[in-house]
Amino acid sequence: MTRGLLTRMPGVAIALVLLIAVFSLANPNFATLSNLQNILIQSTILLLLALPMTLIIMTEGLDLSMGAVLTLASIALAITAIATGSIALAVAAALAVGLGFGLLNGVLVAALDIPPFIATLGTLGIAQGLSLVATDGQSVVGIPRGLQQVYGGAFAGVPIPIIIGVLAFAAFFVLLYRTRFGSYIFALGGNREALKLAGVPDRTVLIATYAVGGAMAGFAALLMTARMNSAHPTAGIGLEFDAIAAVAVGGTSFERGNGWLTGTLLGVLVVGVLRNGLNLMAVPSSAQVAGIGALVIAALLIDGLRSRP
Amino acid sequence: MSTVAQTSPARRGLSRETVQFAWRVAAALAVCVALSLLSDAFLTTNNLLNVLRQTSLLFLMASGLTLVILTAGLDLSVGANIGLSACLAALVIKSSGSPWLGVATGVGCGAMIGLANGFLVTALRVPAFIATYGMMWLILGATYFYMGGETVHGFPPSFRQFGSGYFLGIPIPIYMMLLFLLLGTLFAQRTVWGQQIYAIGANPVAARLSGIPVERRLVLVYVVSGAMAGLASLILLARVNSAEADIGEHFTLPAIAAVVIGGTSLFGGSGTIIGTLIGALILTLVVNGMNLLQINASWQPLVTGVIILFAVWFDIRARKSGN
Repeated sequence: MTRGLLTRMPGVAIALVLLIAVFSLANPNFATLSNLQNILIQSTILLLLALPMTLIIMTEGLDLSMGAVLTLASIALAITAIATGSIALAVAAALAVGLGFGLLNGVLVAALDIPPFIATLGTLGIAQGLSLVATDGQSVVGIPRGLQQVYGGAFAGVPIPIIIGVLAFAAFFVLLYRTRFGSYIFALGGNREALKLAGVPDRTVLIATYAVGGAMAGFAALLMTARMNSAHPTAGIGLEFDAIAAVAVGGTSFERGNGWLTGTLLGVLVVGVLRNGLNLMAVPSSAQVAGIGALVIAALLIDGLRSRP
Repeated sequence: MSTVAQTSPARRGLSRETVQFAWRVAAALAVCVALSLLSDAFLTTNNLLNVLRQTSLLFLMASGLTLVILTAGLDLSVGANIGLSACLAALVIKSSGSPWLGVATGVGCGAMIGLANGFLVTALRVPAFIATYGMMWLILGATYFYMGGETVHGFPPSFRQFGSGYFLGIPIPIYMMLLFLLLGTLFAQRTVWGQQIYAIGANPVAARLSGIPVERRLVLVYVVSGAMAGLASLILLARVNSAEADIGEHFTLPAIAAVVIGGTSLFGGSGTIIGTLIGALILTLVVNGMNLLQINASWQPLVTGVIILFAVWFDIRARKSGN
């Protein structure tokens, strides 16, 4: 941890401070309390995906299906809410879709030994196809009123998404650093053979890791649907890229199995600040995507240079 | 296995690969028989030429990718590459009126993207899937930004020949497919560089120790993959006669699927260019069949996803039983 702090803290933290400084100077509307609160609220969905993505990348894996699974879960949520009128049932449907795809990813990767990027690219296609088939390419609208409160409401003056984000970070922090499951994840990336020799069911741990990712995508679908008060078959496409970008910028390595949750949190804020600041400056979202692509490649370059012998 | 594969990869791989190839041809024929029974429209000259024309488009973008996957790499930026190359070529043709300048732009743009991928993978040793994934979004964003929602359409007939012209009653893209099948197979099987690419995929450490310039060959395969994507983008552009930012987006999954269905292993070192042609044919037949049977096009990504997973799973099972 201490070595991690010394070597990684500067990069992502300096990037965050620099971005905030630049946007504050460039636009007077950036450094206002309400906008900073906005950034935190908008970053929650990304954080919910980036946390499990960190664990998955630590196992030397990847989940390209998260955005598509989130979309499908959001559609399941909206359709169930409209059909039954019950928000609880709708949330259960979204979580079930997410968990189901997470388990499928886990089985494909851990039990069938399919490389993660291909396995999740395949399930991305499946989830995207199901979303299109279920909606015929149309938006699903007419969700009962209560749902919007999940995104727009506040508890004791604090917006609910921020509370969810803090709780999710705390939960993943405990899971990774304070439980046996967490230490297995560290071992899966760094030293899988030792894990096997120690008699740990390594495949089960790997399946569970992907299942957590799927379930979190289902949970993030709740916030996404509440935010838009509708579901759309292309709404979440590419969100996995922002999540992967946040993890990469946060200093988790794609090869060496070392991950850092605080880095991921800072990475999420970097992506969130970048998107918000560019929005305020009226930069089109296409240029933002290109910018984040460049950011990922820059992060990979730095990681590559640092890992040089 | 890897050291043997280095000394005589072609001969040793032949028997097993021939059997696998025969199975794939049989699968393609089975799909044909099934479709001709299910739909009267399938066994018509028009439809069959149409299938072959679409196969050639998919084959062209997947053939370069085959070389990349032979080295155990991956190029996820193929679809985005097609988009940017097609849009740039379209703008150049529109402003200059010269089809050949457009062709040079498309292929050149594709090759430059491939060069950038090769640089990331070799000089910086970034894993191929994540390097090309970052590149994919960088290019997608740049293309959308550059096009700004515009559509460029209407190209001179001389350019449109590439995609929709005929020679002796057969669409021109089919000739290009056969040409690049020949060139690709000769390169992979009959040249030193081609054999070195197999050796790198089979065992990169042994390849390096035996004096193969691994980095240069890797850069080469990414440049070829990029250039082939650029070439395919021109065929596509000439066929649809209009360019939008999203023109290539939906091709990455089918291109990878064609390579994998064709029997090229994601783990590198085994596979053939003609296998990729059969893979592209099988995938195109399935999509054509779904169209003929009037199945909603929304099912296509799902079907492609399922096929890709089964193809990889079969490869992994064959490898396990083989060792």
